[in-house]
Amino acid sequence: MDQALQQVPLNWYILLSTFLFCVGVMGVLFRRNAIIILMCIELMLNSVNLLLVAFSAYHGNSDGQVFVFFIMVVAAAEVAVGLALLMSIYRNIGSTDIDVLNKLKW
Amino acid sequence: MTANLINTPGLNYLGLLIPILPLIGFLVNGMLGKFLSKSITGWIGSLTVLGSFICTVLIFQQLGVNDAIRLDLFQWISYGQLDISFGLWIDPLTMIMLMVVTGVGFLIHLYSIGYMHDDEGFTRFFSYLNLFIFFMLLLVMGSNYLIMFIGWEGVGLCSYLLIGFWFKNDAYNDAAQKAFVMNRIGDLGFLLGIFFMLFNFGTLDIQAIQSIAPGLTLNGPLVVAITMFLFIGAIGKSAQLPLYTWLPDAMAGPTPVSALIHAATMVTAGIYMVVRSNVLFAMAPLTLSVILWIGVMTSVFAAIIGLKQNDIKKVLAYSTVSQLGLMFAALGVGAFSSGIFHLVTHAFFKALLFLGAGSVIHALHGEQDIRKMGGLKKLIPITYLTFFLAALAISGFPLLSGFFSKDEILAHAFEHQKLVWIILSLSSLLTAFYMFRLVFLTFFNDYRGTEESKHHIHESPWTMSVPLIILCVLSVFGGLLGLPEVISAQHWLGHYLSAVTNPSAALFESGEAMSHMTEIMLMSIAGAGAIASILYARHVYVSRKTMPEEDAALQGLPKLVSNKFYVDELYEKFITRPVFKLSEWWGQFVDKLVIDRAVNALARSLEVSGKTLRLFQNGHTGFYVFAMVIGMVVFFIIRLLI
Repeated sequence: MDQALQQVPLNWYILLSTFLFCVGVMGVLFRRNAIIILMCIELMLNSVNLLLVAFSAYHGNSDGQVFVFFIMVVAAAEVAVGLALLMSIYRNIGSTDIDVLNKLKW
Repeated sequence: MTANLINTPGLNYLGLLIPILPLIGFLVNGMLGKFLSKSITGWIGSLTVLGSFICTVLIFQQLGVNDAIRLDLFQWISYGQLDISFGLWIDPLTMIMLMVVTGVGFLIHLYSIGYMHDDEGFTRFFSYLNLFIFFMLLLVMGSNYLIMFIGWEGVGLCSYLLIGFWFKNDAYNDAAQKAFVMNRIGDLGFLLGIFFMLFNFGTLDIQAIQSIAPGLTLNGPLVVAITMFLFIGAIGKSAQLPLYTWLPDAMAGPTPVSALIHAATMVTAGIYMVVRSNVLFAMAPLTLSVILWIGVMTSVFAAIIGLKQNDIKKVLAYSTVSQLGLMFAALGVGAFSSGIFHLVTHAFFKALLFLGAGSVIHALHGEQDIRKMGGLKKLIPITYLTFFLAALAISGFPLLSGFFSKDEILAHAFEHQKLVWIILSLSSLLTAFYMFRLVFLTFFNDYRGTEESKHHIHESPWTMSVPLIILCVLSVFGGLLGLPEVISAQHWLGHYLSAVTNPSAALFESGEAMSHMTEIMLMSIAGAGAIASILYARHVYVSRKTMPEEDAALQGLPKLVSNKFYVDELYEKFITRPVFKLSEWWGQFVDKLVIDRAVNALARSLEVSGKTLRLFQNGHTGFYVFAMVIGMVVFFIIRLLI
């Protein structure tokens, strides 16, 4: 498995995960739909996961992979809570557009 | 000579029980007091102290002259080199103090059951008394100066609470505050002494310091500074010149309090502390001579003021100040065990005098002016008899307790310096005179109050008269503790305390021992003087029936004395007023113009910046996310740059 990963040069992984991360950031910044924002956050998390796995394989150190499992568990929990929040928001105001959600201020 | 430490579980538990019993009494009375009836709280208060007394006696039977018990309860302050344990120390000196505190303390508790019976603050009174006993026991049992200091402050607190016990009276509250503040001045000195010792010796353990002390330079700046600071503490607590003015005012408290705290125990804490650190003091002859002269001055000064007081308790208060001066004079000439001897006999007869005065006040329903008494001899015979014997004892009437203890001090003074002996003898003559002025005006001739009030005069209940009788026996026979060598083979108290006082005695140059002839001559002079003084008082106040003048009619010197040399007024004018003026100035200018403005400016600036910053919280999630990303980028750039 390690050898299969190592056939691709490390730089490519870095470039790919940077690209994925930027896509995630852009999505969070420019999209209005809260569900898509949530998905973009997942994208950012997974780009980091990818990077961790790649480094782990290249250095022959399993710490990175352990981290990835942790991140996946936390991300799952986070998505569960986030989606539950979104559900109840949708039930109350009939929308998930974040521009409508501006009551919490000052 | 180091003490022979004994460590048996039985004695250790007994030693621990001594301070804990009154503490339990305080907690029960203080927290559950309102659910208990008056008689129960009174008996809880008294019996816990009796329990401590019994423990003391049990230990006393097993503790030899050279023995000591050390109880290290727990590690209290441990930091770096500093290591202070919470420990108790019981040796012969502690035993004597424990006997006095718990024994006399119990009798006064018992007396209070009768005396305070109709008071609404009965429970509160007993819980304070028990708390006082607890702190006093901590003071005398502490194995290091810090524990002694806890007790020292604690008894000060209880003194404050009990002087202001009838807190609805403003004058009494003022007296309580005065006592507290004047004691604080002394306490600061004591604390500084403790800091000096801690800094220079690295320990506060009394026994350790006692063994370090002989290695110091004799009269060196360090030992003089430490002893001076400690003595300042003693001046405050034991009401010596110039900090004595709180004690007469402290008579505002209930009479048992005056007997317990302001005559028998707390005010003698200064004496105890000096004797406890006797080696340290012996290394500083300079401090000892200061102690000697302050004691001598106080003794005669207070005795003179006592001549012209008309309040039965004020006379006794000045007498206490005077007797404390005498004890300090004894310490000043290095006669530590004589100081303790007089402390013990003084505790007996002065507690008795105060309790007798309380009994008189109780019989007369609160009257304290001796000009309105007289003729009480037949109306309250037990009080009269006991009071009379106590007055004989304090005057130094031959063969009563005060005679022996006072005579011992006078003999040491004679050996040390003739002038001191002359002044102290004068002060004892004055003591005999004003004490019998008090006795004759109170109990002899005819009653000077109204006929109606005469019918209400009654002897006190047994709880009050039994302590009077016991204390009376002690005042009469207390001298047996320390019979001079002329009469008996051995000075018992001097021998008992030898393990404590010997290390310092080695430091004094022992001159020629006084010949027995001289000693007998001195005793006869003192005894004859006391009798002459009493007879003169009898001549003036019984035969000629002289009455103290009304305050307004006084002229010249008597007026000056009657007004206590205007010391209070001087303090008021030169210390209190300027301090108030200064505080007013600080309040008006510094506080309002500097501190208030600085605080307000800070508050205003925080308010403005808060108002501005909260605009960022505009509710748009997109903006938050954007700010977050920008923030992360900024951090990233900073990370790259550094």
